[in-house]
Amino acid sequence: MSLDIKKTYKLFIAGAFPRSESGRSYEIKDKKGNFIANPAQASRKDLRDAVLAAKNAHSSWASATAYNRGQILYRIAEIMEGRSEQFVSEIMAMESVTSKQAQVQVRQAIDTWVWYAGWSDKISTIAGSTNPVAGPFFNFTVAEPLGVVGVVADEKSSLLGVVLGLAPVLAAGNCAVLLASQKRPLSAITLAECLATSDVPAGVVNILTGLSDELTPHLASHMEIDGLDLSGVDSKSVAALRISSVDNLKRVHSFSAEKSPERILSYMEYKTLWHPIGV
Amino acid sequence: MSDFEYAPALESKAIANISKDYGLFINGKFIASHNKKRFETINPANEEVLAKISLADEVDIDKAVKAARSAYVKVWSKMSGKERAKYLFRIARLLQERSREFAVVESLDNGKPIRETRDIDIPLSAAHFFYHAGWADKLEFAGFGDKPKAHGVVAQIIPWNFPLLMLAWKIAPALATGNTVVLKPAETTPLTALLFAEVCQQADLPPGVVNIITGDGSTGSALVKHPDIDKVAFTGSTEVGKLIARSLAVSNTPVTLELGGKGANIVFEDAPLDQAVEGIINGIFFNQGHVCCAGSRLLLQENIHDEFLGKLQKRMSKIRLGDPLDKNTDIGAINSAAQLAKIHELSSSGQAEGADIWSAPCQIPDKGFWFAPTIFTGVTQAHRIAREEIFGPVLSVLTFRTPQEAIEKANNTPFGLSAGVWSDKGSRILWAGNHLKAGVIWANTFNKFDPASPFGGYKESGWGREGGRHGLGAYIKGAKK
Repeated sequence: MSLDIKKTYKLFIAGAFPRSESGRSYEIKDKKGNFIANPAQASRKDLRDAVLAAKNAHSSWASATAYNRGQILYRIAEIMEGRSEQFVSEIMAMESVTSKQAQVQVRQAIDTWVWYAGWSDKISTIAGSTNPVAGPFFNFTVAEPLGVVGVVADEKSSLLGVVLGLAPVLAAGNCAVLLASQKRPLSAITLAECLATSDVPAGVVNILTGLSDELTPHLASHMEIDGLDLSGVDSKSVAALRISSVDNLKRVHSFSAEKSPERILSYMEYKTLWHPIGV
Repeated sequence: MSDFEYAPALESKAIANISKDYGLFINGKFIASHNKKRFETINPANEEVLAKISLADEVDIDKAVKAARSAYVKVWSKMSGKERAKYLFRIARLLQERSREFAVVESLDNGKPIRETRDIDIPLSAAHFFYHAGWADKLEFAGFGDKPKAHGVVAQIIPWNFPLLMLAWKIAPALATGNTVVLKPAETTPLTALLFAEVCQQADLPPGVVNIITGDGSTGSALVKHPDIDKVAFTGSTEVGKLIARSLAVSNTPVTLELGGKGANIVFEDAPLDQAVEGIINGIFFNQGHVCCAGSRLLLQENIHDEFLGKLQKRMSKIRLGDPLDKNTDIGAINSAAQLAKIHELSSSGQAEGADIWSAPCQIPDKGFWFAPTIFTGVTQAHRIAREEIFGPVLSVLTFRTPQEAIEKANNTPFGLSAGVWSDKGSRILWAGNHLKAGVIWANTFNKFDPASPFGGYKESGWGREGGRHGLGAYIKGAKK
């Protein structure tokens, strides 16, 4: 008989897979209570590193053409398709679902990338406008990405929640710092491995594993994070996070709809430009 | 000091797998035409035969339309937008993967330089499929109502100047919105469309969703008259566009037309002149001038006329005309003997009517169809070369004194496809943009195309737009085209 090679589940920061700088890890168990792995337990310092990586990656990601961003998001779907069996087995280990249900979730996650990929070069067409102001001016409005968005993914479906958190943020041209589900982080880390080989520039997506209660307050208070997706935060904890996010007036949202252009636009700013008309 | 000479940098033909003869692509298969008639497609750069092509007649057209109808009813109209999108993404990726092969075949069949097919025609074609793939599953957000509906079977006829790109402009939005297609490529440039049929097979596109029928003008005419066509899309000459519009006037079949142009490129005295020279060169000599939106009239503010003309002639002298497969080539072959004759005829009329001709000193190859980059000065608005579309590398230069005069002259044409404005003053560009009667206006640039940007003409340059959200409307029932 030959032994399995067990995977070390690490963080994903600036395109690399470091352990936590704190040297900490924590234990996760499958749905039957068996030991699965010791993923890294990210610290506040890891979170700051992740935000810095996202911040550094933002200008080139936001200025890439929308067509280019769309192709990269589509590429993620292509790479995930090849890994779908691994995603299915990880979901089945952690969630009380049948293999059929796990397959459906993986299918939906891949299709979600495809759907949002198509939006990258269309969102401005839908949300932008030319404005007939009463004067000799050409006046138009475009939507632009915010910057760095912190995502606490919905963990009901561990893979789909992560993808729904990331895809609209990326389609808009933002960079993301995502907190993986504390109990079910496997899908997020495996997704990070897909992202690392999908032409997504380093730092555009950063994924942290660890204890939610420890990390989410720092995510909410960090002054370099511009937007927050709190879809995965339970209703009891949301209020405190909203309060501390006010210091730099973060754009904070939670979503129920899976596919909606509003998810993209929630992390965009409208810019209006005036220019005189005349000989 | 003598100039360094370019060494030839030939692209290999080896990658182009051109068959000796081609059938019609109907219901997912290549089949022989009913009457077994054939015509040849040649390489316009050396007049060598590339392949024998089937000539479709009414029987074949009926077969193709029936295949498209059946695919529409049984498969395509029932498929979700999400799944249609996946087919379009596949096609986009296959075009990207086979881009070099497509670039070589396009260059051989059309005569255009490999640099252009490699950098523009093929990547833009793939981009069109990619862009429209993204629309297929989100049509309800495009502003055409909650449940936008397809027309059904669409007949599409495309020209020879950008064979694959025009195919992409037609097929991508049609499929994205849920229509099935019978497409006829131009008589002189059918090869990349037939290669595209192979791509449809590789993508496992359901049979009958795309049908490619080859032939001449009679084939196109019969196709648009077929009674089971729900919508017609045509790109080509204004003359043929009007014939189609007349033939469909009674049935009132929806039609989009992308026709000719006589684009004005206006250079104001404050323009960045060197940049403008490059833009004017690109505007008229890109693709041998075989461009419906070419900037074929140059309107110069009078006080910069002499200086600008000197710069323009100097730049034109550096244009490299020759083997389309040479990566250094700027201007390739004229697409056909017939087109060359038309350019000669209009050029002669310019001389006969009193304009001054100047051509760049180019070595014209012995075989094939060629026309050196040419400008006419002293052109008046009455001259034929200022009024008629030449569709070749011929530029007519006129002058103006005031901005108002520039606008009047630019708009003094039955066409209204494109215009260019060159000025350092933003307010003047926007003022000119407001007053020009053209569907596409480029400011301090020219001949820029993108799937996200609507394209199409005012007046006799056509009906409707292609590309962007607006272009989708042409393929959605009840939407404004």
